[in-house]
Amino acid sequence: MTDLKRTPLYDLHLDLGAKMVPFAGYEMPVQYPMGVMQEHLHTRAKAGLFDVSHMGQIILRAKSGDTADAALALESLVPVDILGLKEGRQRYALFTNNEGGILDDLMVANRGDHLFLVVNAACKEADAAHLAAHLSGACEIEVITDRALLALQGPDAEAALAAHVPAVANMAFMDVIIAPSAFGDLWISRSGYSGEDGYEISVANDQAAALTRALLADDRVAPIGLGARDSLRLEAGLCLYGSDLDTATTPVEAALNWAMQKSRRAGGDREGGFPGAARILAELANGPARLRIGLLPEGRAPMRAETPLFASESGGEPIGTVTSGAFGPSIGRPMSMGYIATEHSAAGTQIWGEVRGKRLPAVVTAMPFRPAGYKR
Amino acid sequence: MKYTEEHEWLRVEGDVIVVGITEHASEQLGDIVFVDLPEADTEVAKDDEVAVIESVKAASDILAPLDGTVVEVNDVLADNPGLVNEDPLGDGWFFKMKIEDLSVLDDLMDEAAYKDFIG
Repeated sequence: MTDLKRTPLYDLHLDLGAKMVPFAGYEMPVQYPMGVMQEHLHTRAKAGLFDVSHMGQIILRAKSGDTADAALALESLVPVDILGLKEGRQRYALFTNNEGGILDDLMVANRGDHLFLVVNAACKEADAAHLAAHLSGACEIEVITDRALLALQGPDAEAALAAHVPAVANMAFMDVIIAPSAFGDLWISRSGYSGEDGYEISVANDQAAALTRALLADDRVAPIGLGARDSLRLEAGLCLYGSDLDTATTPVEAALNWAMQKSRRAGGDREGGFPGAARILAELANGPARLRIGLLPEGRAPMRAETPLFASESGGEPIGTVTSGAFGPSIGRPMSMGYIATEHSAAGTQIWGEVRGKRLPAVVTAMPFRPAGYKR
Repeated sequence: MKYTEEHEWLRVEGDVIVVGITEHASEQLGDIVFVDLPEADTEVAKDDEVAVIESVKAASDILAPLDGTVVEVNDVLADNPGLVNEDPLGDGWFFKMKIEDLSVLDDLMDEAAYKDFIG
């Protein structure tokens, strides 16, 4: 694993007994001695702390000095209303390609004199190049390499973080602040990817271990690995880029219409003007041929990624494919996410997934599988 | 008790052999959420994929340790797969099989050899 990168928390992970695995070019903790199942349940019951320092942090500054110009420039790459994003607020966004497929999903925050982006680890170099290729005229693009990123998630996240940064108690879901602390300036958003209330916290690399140890000193907070991160996000119905989203999948197929505001749609103030707009606007008008759905297998056998889906118990061609599947510790049963021909996508539709040569029954189900605990 | 390189244990009980996975294997797999067992009265050849264990992480095949016939399976695991983590050498057994010639067991590892094997 010599070619793999390490986050500033690498040594701490080893001290905590983590099992390390390669992920997106990094050596990352997949689980700690508590184990995936208990880590998942602990996050839902109390609070879990995740090292997500492998993710990319990027600042966009308008060369004009007016952040609205950076927002308009970024709108040329995403089907999302960035101009309307108020200072101190964050929003989910998608980089699309010319075919309407998804290059990456990301968070965009308006921090007054600049925009702050958090992108996926596996895509971060490509995203930075994409931004440089298209936005260099209007923006300065600064890739942040001297800061780590933590996620603190769960019902006790507010109390645990407020002990160090009282201001976080007053934040609402998707608020962002820059807060001074004993660990230097922290860049905090009230967000995450577990379906729980919580925060993502950007901290200087040289303060990251100290902040992590301080948060873990709280009995309510446990370190959580990538294994539970995946089952948490799947129970919350959230997409994993590379599994549920990719360059051949449009935001409409991915049922991410909520992420594309009216201003960018047909008849909006800034209709279109992003890569793949023709296809995406047509799919918004006419509906896509396939759609991302949730799926609950009726038995206990998980239907994992690449499980083919069928409309009947025998015969026929596949009508879809699972893209993520696992056991949901909080719902106590297996769950899957996948794509299916639109005519079979209604909640309640009975279908079959082929697991090891056997067709097993499953039901199309609305997501999230477990209601989210966001503090609106 | 005998052990295979596939981290299965075999215990002779009368004229049948009880098969399960080792404590080491159950720890490596993590929390087990589903066990897909063969039907009773299934003839199997060594290294056939006879069962599947699903943990929270992934699916793993269980191979037949020897040629023989599966005569009984542990149906309790269908509703309580966590037994494989809680008691891998006892209540978490997988299946019982009959084999022609018990002497093939002599080629398998004993406990000391298995401990060396997993280091």
